Amino acid sequence: MLRFFLSRLLTFIPTFIGVTLVSFAFIRLLPGDPIIVMAGERGLTDERYAELQEKFGFDRPLAVQFWEYLTGVVQGDLGESFVTNRPVWDEFFALFPATLELSICAIIIAILLGIPAGVIAAVNRGKFFDRALMSTALVGYSMPIFWWALLLIIVFSGNLGWTPVSGRIDLLYFFDDVTGFMLIDSLLSGQDGAFRSAARHLILPSIVLATIPLAVIARQTRSAMLEVLSEDYIRTARAKGLSSGRVNGLHALRNAMIPVITVIGLSVGTLMAGAILTESIFSWPGIGKWMVDSIFRRDYPVVQGGLLLIALIVMLVNLIVDLLYGLINPRIRHRE
Amino acid sequence: MSLLRIRNLSVDFQTSGGLFRAVDSVDLEVNAGDILAIVGESGSGKSVSMLAAMGLLPWSAKVTADEISFDGTDLGGLRGSARRKLIGRDMSMIFQEPMSSLNPCFTIGFQIKEVLRQHLGLKGSAATDRAIELLDMVGIPDPARRLSAFPFQLSGGMNQRVMIAIAIACTPRLLIADEPTTALDVTIQAQILELLTGLQAETGMGLILITHDMGVVAETAERVSVQYAGQKVEEQPVIDLFDRPQHPYTAALLAALPERATERRLPTIPGAVPGAFDRPQGCLFSPRCRYADETCRTVAPPVQSAALGWARCHYPLSATEGVIAEETAQ
Repeated sequence: MLRFFLSRLLTFIPTFIGVTLVSFAFIRLLPGDPIIVMAGERGLTDERYAELQEKFGFDRPLAVQFWEYLTGVVQGDLGESFVTNRPVWDEFFALFPATLELSICAIIIAILLGIPAGVIAAVNRGKFFDRALMSTALVGYSMPIFWWALLLIIVFSGNLGWTPVSGRIDLLYFFDDVTGFMLIDSLLSGQDGAFRSAARHLILPSIVLATIPLAVIARQTRSAMLEVLSEDYIRTARAKGLSSGRVNGLHALRNAMIPVITVIGLSVGTLMAGAILTESIFSWPGIGKWMVDSIFRRDYPVVQGGLLLIALIVMLVNLIVDLLYGLINPRIRHRE
Repeated sequence: MSLLRIRNLSVDFQTSGGLFRAVDSVDLEVNAGDILAIVGESGSGKSVSMLAAMGLLPWSAKVTADEISFDGTDLGGLRGSARRKLIGRDMSMIFQEPMSSLNPCFTIGFQIKEVLRQHLGLKGSAATDRAIELLDMVGIPDPARRLSAFPFQLSGGMNQRVMIAIAIACTPRLLIADEPTTALDVTIQAQILELLTGLQAETGMGLILITHDMGVVAETAERVSVQYAGQKVEEQPVIDLFDRPQHPYTAALLAALPERATERRLPTIPGAVPGAFDRPQGCLFSPRCRYADETCRTVAPPVQSAALGWARCHYPLSATEGVIAEETAQ
């Protein structure tokens, strides 16, 4: 297991360099000049422009710029934002808990609803429940996130007035960041109604962000379950006189979880992509919104650093998923 | 009262080409202490009829029967939890592929103790002790350590022993063994059969052995039921069946045994078992039968008397040879 873990860590290195290169290249391929954007409507003189170009190092060849960036990254220096002059690292960690909180809630919703939906559909294959659940999943998967978010806002915030439209908590409440998770911090603050407010703010963005992973997980669970349900050992489990809940929920699901876990791991990438849209729509102060804002501002270090850190998270999650296989499937665990 | 009694059982499968009849009006009766062998080629419906009795057929199967009863309890009328109290406890089954019949994600110990808990309420060390005892009974060395092994860490023969341990965990009154040795080496086959018959003699349970191996039948069974294309074509005590087969199909099967061959080339039965689309009109065996005439090809054969081995045949072999006539004359 340790060898497996280390060999997987080694594959991080080329991936990491690749991601750095791609993020470095893409932001420079976008039309627009960060110095012009920074200067705003007032514009600036040619001398000042040349001065700033030299300051940020844009006057040097791209290869040199990349090499300097890469050596900085390896030493843990992601540079500073052009706009705020704060280190990218600091900005990321100030905003990341908001995204993490949203993503965790979304993935929990997706798992808690997606897996049972898939199991129910598989057990009732071809019947009403199966068709209803799978058509719903297809709709959920196909729906553009921004449109779905607007629909929910119109119904639940606009018509019904149940949930707020944006932000993480009512302005009424104010307390220090302890964990960065609004749900936990609001509880810790002990302020009356703070937790309720945080939860109400969280619910719609979580649902929106959960929709695609939920649909994917449900469909994957169904197909994995269908395959497992025709296995000989399921017949054995039924021949033991076990209840159908135990046969489906334990004997079958445990085996069906392996492909499902893979999909959950891959969904984390989708979540990060989805977070960018979801956070922008709900004005959620996380890294998704931060990235979008930075792209518009041509804030190169932020976009590069942000992409790099997101890629790192996705890679780490998939490494954890690989380790989870061993927990679920003894055949992988014992192959040392 | 018979342990398992099946009257006029039919099983149809819903396929894309319409209904396929896998089991066609089969009767069967097993008493406590009986060893009944069900023989037939692949696709003769022998496994399906037993899976129907256990209630283990997939949703695409449609089961109809005048009676399926276990020790007087009508299984057809039992639903859900009532049936599950019987299955795995009083009536259990082992399968053909031991390597795939155990769940790869759970230890042997877990899979044995699960039944003990389900039916006997045994937990903790009581369940562990009983599980070790069971593994010992089925001849697994070092049983206490094997409890934490996973199925993929054991051989096929060992896994089949584990399956048997699970099946006999609650001292069932009827054990159905569905080709338990087909997937195993010849030496292991003999061991497993010995184990099964030994356990049967020890506990006095009924044993149904599904097989296509006439050698296995001769060694273990007391009574034999021969199935062909979903129908029972003959049933006799094992000695009589080998001595005087009544149905031409049984006779042809026996003639194909290497031990009985008199010529250099092994006799075979020409043709194949009819499928869903080429079912003959009269006797299902008629296209492959050397004795078949026009009646056989057009009229479904009657079931003959017990003396004629309940043969489903217009012309049972003894009757055509005049043996019966002689016997009655004496």
